[in-house]
Amino acid sequence: MISPSQLDVDRDKGDFHYDTDYSFDAGIGLSEDVVRYISEVKKEEPWMLDFRLKALSTFEKKPMPTHWATDDLKNINFDVIRYYLAKGQQPSRTWDEVPDDIKNTFERLGIPEQERKFLAGVEAQFDSEAAYSNMKEDLAKEGVIFVGSTEGLKEHPEIFRKWFGKVIPTSDNKFSALNSAVFSGGSFIYIPPGVKLAQPLQAYFRINAENFGQFERTLIIADEGSEVMYMEGCTAPKFETSTLHSAVVELVALKGAKIQYVTVQNWSNNVFNLVTKRAIAEEEAEVRWIDCNIGSRLTMKYPGVILKGRKARGEVVSIALANDGQHQDTGAKMVHAADETTSNVVSKSISIGDGRSSYRGLVQMPGHLKGCKNNTECDALLINNKSQTDTYPAITVQGDANSVQHEASVSKVSAEQIFYMKQRGLSEAEAMSLCVNGFVNDLIREFPMEYSVELKRLIDLEMEGSVG
Amino acid sequence: MNSLKIDNLQASIGDKSILRGLSLEIPKGEVHAIMGPNGSGKSTLAKVLSGHPDYEVSGGTATLDDDSLLGLEPDEISRLGLFLAFQYPMEVPGVSIANFIRAALNARLKEGEKIKAVEYYKDLYAHMDDLGMDRKFTSRSLNDGFSGGEKKRCEILQMSMLSPKYAILDETDSGLDIDALRVVSDGVNRMRNPERGILVITHYQRLLDYIVPDYVHVMSEGKIVRTGGKELALELEDRGYDWIKQEAVAS
Repeated sequence: MISPSQLDVDRDKGDFHYDTDYSFDAGIGLSEDVVRYISEVKKEEPWMLDFRLKALSTFEKKPMPTHWATDDLKNINFDVIRYYLAKGQQPSRTWDEVPDDIKNTFERLGIPEQERKFLAGVEAQFDSEAAYSNMKEDLAKEGVIFVGSTEGLKEHPEIFRKWFGKVIPTSDNKFSALNSAVFSGGSFIYIPPGVKLAQPLQAYFRINAENFGQFERTLIIADEGSEVMYMEGCTAPKFETSTLHSAVVELVALKGAKIQYVTVQNWSNNVFNLVTKRAIAEEEAEVRWIDCNIGSRLTMKYPGVILKGRKARGEVVSIALANDGQHQDTGAKMVHAADETTSNVVSKSISIGDGRSSYRGLVQMPGHLKGCKNNTECDALLINNKSQTDTYPAITVQGDANSVQHEASVSKVSAEQIFYMKQRGLSEAEAMSLCVNGFVNDLIREFPMEYSVELKRLIDLEMEGSVG
Repeated sequence: MNSLKIDNLQASIGDKSILRGLSLEIPKGEVHAIMGPNGSGKSTLAKVLSGHPDYEVSGGTATLDDDSLLGLEPDEISRLGLFLAFQYPMEVPGVSIANFIRAALNARLKEGEKIKAVEYYKDLYAHMDDLGMDRKFTSRSLNDGFSGGEKKRCEILQMSMLSPKYAILDETDSGLDIDALRVVSDGVNRMRNPERGILVITHYQRLLDYIVPDYVHVMSEGKIVRTGGKELALELEDRGYDWIKQEAVAS
């Protein structure tokens, strides 16, 4: 039995792990053999092995991006990481069929309970592979596909191959190349034309093993006029050594389609979270990235939208909370490639203790376009003197028929504000929580209700003991 | 002991000694006023009693009924029943007045007790009506972009909702026009009762026309140098502070 207290949400919620026997283990370190092993275990066709090997070579050639990014990247030791760990079973359609140790993990994280309450489908990934994948029956009848990437590649190659790697090329950056070489797991989703999902699909990513790298690959295709909301959550135990999570997420919103992609990132503080996320929005399509980063040691993530069709809309709503020992390096990319496209970026970051948050924004509007609009708001809150924030906007606008607006602010919770609030009877932690929640409140409302409640509690818990 | 009692209080900020042996007792049911020239230590007294971390207390005592205030955290002092209406209320963006006051009331509840939303809002609206505050204010961020008068009304609103045993009003009249002064004073006067002691700190006699004190104290160089009835305020208005300073030096 799971007692209710174990299901409580907190920052240490994921800090446990079960010893697990893995049937498939690619060993330690990265080599051509490791890549071949992964491809073989998955029984992939030669084109995919070829794709992976080319990606490995791209990864090896590309330098670490430390000429612009943090030197902390140098602390990743690719030679001690395990790149593939799996039990070898097919993803189960019912929780009863999931092996006990894995099932207990997701029970403790509350996933089956959430599924019953408000989700249209769930995929639960344990280390390299999905352990559970299920969707409501009526959606399958409508032609919705929601499976792991391995299964998607096998069962639906005609859709998979058409879009795979087309939004984010292997060579986009060093970590997209790494993912392309060793990817495993992640979701493959296809929503047929005109189908609008009333409830969200959810994926949960769990790292269980030490010195492990998780490299899921997600591809979502929303066909014309369809609508989908996808949510992802993630946790890992706090190991002494560092863990690597490097995902690639590609979204395709065809004409008039709407995709909302919601992330609540709560990795433990030993995880390097280096993720590439990008979408293509065709004519009158809309893509919203709703992103909250609370965990990890270092997160580098700049969700993007390529606004490819007329009147396409892109949006990034982002909350980052950097506590002691954390660096949240997040942002957004909006590439306008058609007339009358609009993009909106709202980013709020909170830095506590010696935490650091950075915002990097890219907006591109070439001169031949007209009627394009971008609005960027980027606000940072500093809690004390050691915390740090920095902003790097890169805006390229040509021609005179487009408009861009960029606003940024930095504020600090002052000692006098805290004294004022304490004078009314609030403890220091309560006062801080109110300030922080007040700062991000308007963005938290953008998250689905079930997540926003969790987020508020997470933020409260982060504030406890963070003061002084 | 039913009083806010300060005895021989000495306090400094950095190397600068500000309170130099101040003694004062405010029994429940009385309104006391402290007047004095700029720099005499009036606001420091309010902050030291509230536990402001910038000040160091080097001697003396301060007790609220039976509890010593010195060394306590500001929130503990607040929950014991001391309210300070600030001269310059802080702006807290994103935190609505309604949520803030509710959090402050919550902080006073025992574990397991809960505020009932309907009753809370009924109570809040009643107090706002008394202060002539538009109900839209409940959702506005605390003091954020408020005019001087709005800030002071908001202080009085918080005071009336928290219903403290003792209240210190630090220069509540500063920045108020005559109409706002009347509204704020009425708010304070409604709170006068045998169960509450009030200390009004002011630079000008004008406020004391509206909030009529039982006693007036004059502060200079970190001490109370003279105490009298409400007529002392009028005398100060006529003669200024210099004669008191000179008397203090002479004695």
